[in-house]
Amino acid sequence: MSALAVVRPGPLTTVQDLGRRGVAHLGVPRAGALDEPALRAANRLTGNDPGAAVLETTVGGVALRTLGPVLLAVTGAPAPVRVDGRPAAWGAAVAVPANALVEVGPATHGVRSYLAVAGGIAVPPVLGSRSADLLSGLGPPPLAVGTVLPVGPPPALRPRPELVPLPAPPAGLVLRLHLGPRADWFEPGAVARLARDRYRVAAASNRIALRTDGPPVGRARSGELPSEGMVLGAVQVPPDGRPVVFLADHPTTGGYPVVGVVPPADLAAAAQARPGTPLRFVLLRG
Amino acid sequence: MADTAEAGALYAWLSALRAAGELPAVAEIVPAARTVLLDGAEDVPALTALLTAWRPAAGTGPQGPLVEVPAVYDGADLAEVAALWGVSPEAAVRIHTEPLYRVAFCGFAPGFGYLTGLPERYEVPRRATPRTAVPAGSVALAGPWTGVYPRSSPGGWQLLGRTALTLWDTGREPAALLAPGVRVRFTAVRPG
Repeated sequence: MSALAVVRPGPLTTVQDLGRRGVAHLGVPRAGALDEPALRAANRLTGNDPGAAVLETTVGGVALRTLGPVLLAVTGAPAPVRVDGRPAAWGAAVAVPANALVEVGPATHGVRSYLAVAGGIAVPPVLGSRSADLLSGLGPPPLAVGTVLPVGPPPALRPRPELVPLPAPPAGLVLRLHLGPRADWFEPGAVARLARDRYRVAAASNRIALRTDGPPVGRARSGELPSEGMVLGAVQVPPDGRPVVFLADHPTTGGYPVVGVVPPADLAAAAQARPGTPLRFVLLRG
Repeated sequence: MADTAEAGALYAWLSALRAAGELPAVAEIVPAARTVLLDGAEDVPALTALLTAWRPAAGTGPQGPLVEVPAVYDGADLAEVAALWGVSPEAAVRIHTEPLYRVAFCGFAPGFGYLTGLPERYEVPRRATPRTAVPAGSVALAGPWTGVYPRSSPGGWQLLGRTALTLWDTGREPAALLAPGVRVRFTAVRPG
């Protein structure tokens, strides 16, 4: 079994898989990779199971030393990949010898790159997942200098080469929105304006939620909503009126009304939208 | 749902259905104050029909396991809560140890249960300024709820006391001692 030692953790690098399911009723967020298609692509490229744990970087990349030979692949936000200073491929399997320095540079665009190694990151699972949950602190802490990450035994599958599309820099983020369950808590017309108005991705966005800057969505009802269950993609409107789109580390219950829910298929793009990116909502009928 | 008790009954019924393999696509069933969230429904019309036909059973409803929580009632807000209730601290402890509580739902942190059972007249507000660190095991009140902090965290609830029980342990099944549906009795014990 091989391992990776962290040389530079970057601004925020965490271990992520498909997340914790079936424990939301205990107050446990789902966690997991924010850009799930990128996680799956990285795992296919290295021959892993779809749910093997990988590393999720945030804008600034990561640097690791291999403590044994590994096969790795980087997907998600495009970034320069280097092995001992020499350029290596993004979006393809790269065989790396022991004691090599692997660097994923700053993302050229997008936010989160994914680095998979054949065998997966083999930290001990907690409640069925190896994901770091930054809301409640479950799972492995974010990477720090010197962290040693065990790598699992190489998968039996032979990795299959594939062409991973290089994402183009997005001109803007468009999120579809199923209205409800609490659209009636907002002023008549506020929901229609939500679809017309222009928002931007706010700097306070993180793994818990994509926050927005833009015109406030006016409430028709004051007072508190008794706490209710929250789903991935729920768009909560706190008292300041700025919609908040829940991402993987979202709380399992909440007391602000949810005006609508963004379908999961749109959330990978949300995970890759940098602060300042123009954002609009498109209402889905029915 | 009409109230927290009805939401709890629906949650118990849905959980039993899922345990019997009848809701295969449902990944999560999350009870809350007045709602039950089903995440991952496959056949929405069938599920809607099932839910529309459901009526809460008469009587006490399904009974969850009973957990006794021994607590030392020396919390920083005990005197203040007693004053809000217009009773002595000793009487406040008797009031809090009297009801049989039920965990309505979890939230705020893994294993933090919202316990219902305290009579409505004993509702207390949250503290105006939350504490930056509430110790693990703190027994606390806010609004209609009683809760026990599973680990040290910031918190705005009124602190009545503390328990030595481990509320949250990911190596245990279930990890939460106070999972939804569990019935809870607090008992006053001496420090030591």
